[in-house]
Amino acid sequence: MIMLALAVGDLSLLLAIPVIGALALALIPKRYTQALFSLALLASIGDFLWSLNIFNRFDGSTGEMQLVERVPWMPSFGIEYIVGIDGISLFLVILTTFLMPLAILASWSVREKVKEYLFFMLLLETGMLGAFVALDLFLFYVFWEVMLVPMYFLIGVWGGARRIYAALKFVLYTMAGSLLMLVAIIYLATRHAQLTQVLTFDLLKFYNLHLPFNEQFWLFLAFALSFAIKVPVFPFHTWLPDAHVEAPTAGSVILAGILLKLGTYGFLRFAIPLFPDAALAAAPVFIALAVIGIIYGAAVAMMQADIKKLVAYSSVSHLGFVMLGLFALNMQSVQGAIYQMLNHGLSTGALFLLVGMIYDRRHTRLIEDFGGLWKQIPVFSSLLLVVMFSSIGLPGLNGFVGEFLILLGAFNVTPRWTAAAATGVILGAIYMLWMFRRVIFGPLTNPENQKLQDLNGREILILAPILALIVFMGVYPLPFLDRMKPSVDLTLKKIFAVQASPVTTNHNDAGDKNDGR
Amino acid sequence: MTDVNLMPLLPAAQVLLTALVVMLLDLFLNEHEKGLLAWISLLGLALCGGETVILWGSQESAFGNTLILDNFALFFTQLFLVAAAVTILSSIQYVRDTKIHEGEFYALVLFATVGMVLMAAANDLIVFFLGLETMSIAVYVLTGMWRASSRASEAAMKYFLMGAFATGFLLYGIALIYGATGSTALNQISAYLLEPMSDWPLYLVGGGFLLLVGFAFKVGAVPFHFWIPDVYEGAPTPVTGFMAVAVKAAAFAAWARLLMHKLAPFDSDWASPLWALSIVTMTVGNLLAITQSSVKRMLAYSSIAHAGYLLIAVVVGEEWGGMPLLFYLLAYASMTVGAFAVVTSLTDENNARENYTDFAGLGFRRPFLGMAMSLFMLSLAGFPPLAGFVGKFYIFRSAVLSGHTALAIIGVLNSLLSVVYYLRVIVAMYMEEGGAEGKSFGQSPYLYLAIALAVAGTLYLGIVPAKALEWSRSSFFSIE
Repeated sequence: MIMLALAVGDLSLLLAIPVIGALALALIPKRYTQALFSLALLASIGDFLWSLNIFNRFDGSTGEMQLVERVPWMPSFGIEYIVGIDGISLFLVILTTFLMPLAILASWSVREKVKEYLFFMLLLETGMLGAFVALDLFLFYVFWEVMLVPMYFLIGVWGGARRIYAALKFVLYTMAGSLLMLVAIIYLATRHAQLTQVLTFDLLKFYNLHLPFNEQFWLFLAFALSFAIKVPVFPFHTWLPDAHVEAPTAGSVILAGILLKLGTYGFLRFAIPLFPDAALAAAPVFIALAVIGIIYGAAVAMMQADIKKLVAYSSVSHLGFVMLGLFALNMQSVQGAIYQMLNHGLSTGALFLLVGMIYDRRHTRLIEDFGGLWKQIPVFSSLLLVVMFSSIGLPGLNGFVGEFLILLGAFNVTPRWTAAAATGVILGAIYMLWMFRRVIFGPLTNPENQKLQDLNGREILILAPILALIVFMGVYPLPFLDRMKPSVDLTLKKIFAVQASPVTTNHNDAGDKNDGR
Repeated sequence: MTDVNLMPLLPAAQVLLTALVVMLLDLFLNEHEKGLLAWISLLGLALCGGETVILWGSQESAFGNTLILDNFALFFTQLFLVAAAVTILSSIQYVRDTKIHEGEFYALVLFATVGMVLMAAANDLIVFFLGLETMSIAVYVLTGMWRASSRASEAAMKYFLMGAFATGFLLYGIALIYGATGSTALNQISAYLLEPMSDWPLYLVGGGFLLLVGFAFKVGAVPFHFWIPDVYEGAPTPVTGFMAVAVKAAAFAAWARLLMHKLAPFDSDWASPLWALSIVTMTVGNLLAITQSSVKRMLAYSSIAHAGYLLIAVVVGEEWGGMPLLFYLLAYASMTVGAFAVVTSLTDENNARENYTDFAGLGFRRPFLGMAMSLFMLSLAGFPPLAGFVGKFYIFRSAVLSGHTALAIIGVLNSLLSVVYYLRVIVAMYMEEGGAEGKSFGQSPYLYLAIALAVAGTLYLGIVPAKALEWSRSSFFSIE
């Protein structure tokens, strides 16, 4: 593996391992489902270990991009394969590689078309990782779109009753935003070439470009729409409940745990620092939308009869906090937002896993079908309790750290909206505890529930690492925050930097003389 | 006229010779030996391909500068050769089972290719017209060759009538231009067009307009598209693939050399009608494609929509639009020819099996076909990292570069519309349960080879497009 990394680079190997695994699956005959699962699990665990190696070698003292690889792709058009990692993307990459093996383990109940299922899971992993590490806008767009296809198949083939509708809605919503972003990317590269005579799609070079407000506004709008749909920011969230409810368990885990983070990551990496003037002007709007999302998501979650739908709407609420943190644009709030992205990935991922486990047993997710489970399945109930506390932000668990930092940071910027957002925390506690009371406590009335089996070894094995992290991140957030800080600092500096000269022309690249025809 | 340089004629002559050999041999071979003809045709195409590689980079003209051999002509010649070869590969089983006369079928594919090669090399309106007619007549016959099928006969009739109509427009246009400029040679005409527009006789503009209408007919631009769905649906499926790819590419090749380059003053004059033509073409094509229940017919409408995307490059003009136009044609060729080959693989002589319902469950029943068709559909819809995405990227980029940002936005929104119907094929293949199928052409290894070639092309142009992009660019700018 080390040899291979020397040949292709660390991050490229990270992207390659799942693809190699996916291609290797093709060699195993369909009927050996155990072998297929083992191979996919091996590939995803291998990728996780490799990401830990990257974490080890990561230099937490700098905010610059690290482990950068740069290969010309379409040289005469300035398109390059550039990947790199910094304190913002590092943890999101590890979150991805961490959740992936668990999602595959949680898919043991998939019986049909196993080979194709695992193939798409691994492809999805590469797509998501690629989007997190891409530093060339063309490359980023490629990964951004590549992700859609496996997710479309996962929902559409292995999903619930209305899966085809949900899958199509998911793809169309996401594409509607991203296609406009494509035009914006092209426009941005064109303007960069006009102003600096450098033909490139390199993100770091675009950071130095300072466009007039009018142009920034439209470009920001195109980028923001694409990311806002992905997050999803209220009112672009309507695809989410459908996709979540219809997706298979592992699909929901990945969708909530990782895919949604790509939206918030996109804001932080692309939309805000590329178009700082427009982003600052738009910040009040996004803060308002974020707070509306927090309260609306919580209120709707409260009224759900289906546990999975409840968790789906709680995502809208939680990601509202992340958006609030991002657009408050100060150190605490942005760090809190990134932390909250990780928290949400863990706690919502675990919630979907737990819902999936109970669904596998009872084939229903309606709250009214349950009640009094504490006596029957104590392990399940206690694990649900911990995860739920993490989700509502109980001090001592991870959720508290993120929400606290966000509210603290945002309070300095916009006290009123922050106060309104804080009520979201209370609402969150209400809908979660109410759901918990109805499902777990009370008398065990439904005879179906008396036959319920508690979690087996595999299921506990899936949940244990997540729970360990939930506790660890709650009591000792420093290793995470320390590594994020320099990168967040650098990003904020970029946003607030007063650029004296509108255009930097000191770049002198090989692509100079090409006119790009 | 001192010029005796026959070199520019070599590619066309090679294909013509092959066609004649196939026709002659056809007389002497027994029924069961006629499979040989396909291989002779492929050999001829391969030889011609070798010649184009050797001739690459030459800049020659013949017959008083009416026929030109430059990289632009060679680029399209290679495209036509590959399209013809893939068509022949996917027809081997088809013509045998449907009892189409094999010798004549292959010979006609080759004759059509000769016409296309001439169109791409023409530097004179008369030579262009000769090429066009050679191609068209061969394709009319190919459309109706499956005589047992009434659909095919109807399609051939329609195609012939509409084609003749379009030819009329073109010929009138050529006549008017000749009347105004005194020549059919493109160089002379373009020299004449350098004069200020106020000095042009009115009928010159009329001639240019008629030429434009003729071209719009040939590429199937809205509102001159009515023949396409019926003809594409009725023709034998391999022939439909050939029409959708090679015939369209030939029309765009001639359009690129004539209107975008040589008669560029016309082009800028017509920019706004073309702008509207492009938008209407892609929008109508996409909207009508959504409503189809037959995959083959959907692909026909989708080919109209793709003509609309290609027209964006034409609107943008030669400076920025040339390279994207050529590259898009390459990308479009690889994915479209593959998609029609998959449709071919489901049918047999008694059952059309062209509806979405016939695709149900295909993905798990026939994994290779399902995977290939998914790739073609995703590529047509413009998903990276496939050929169609790179093609669209450069088309939209050329629009933005030339200041037509609105056109790019309308283009991407159309792309979004197209996702709806391309994904429906995938829905059918993977997300719906399907009944068992009987015998079909899908058993033929040659058809599989054709599909595999198309898959390879779609992936290659999508993942490592740098070479093909350079190739497209240098080819377009080899026009003098």
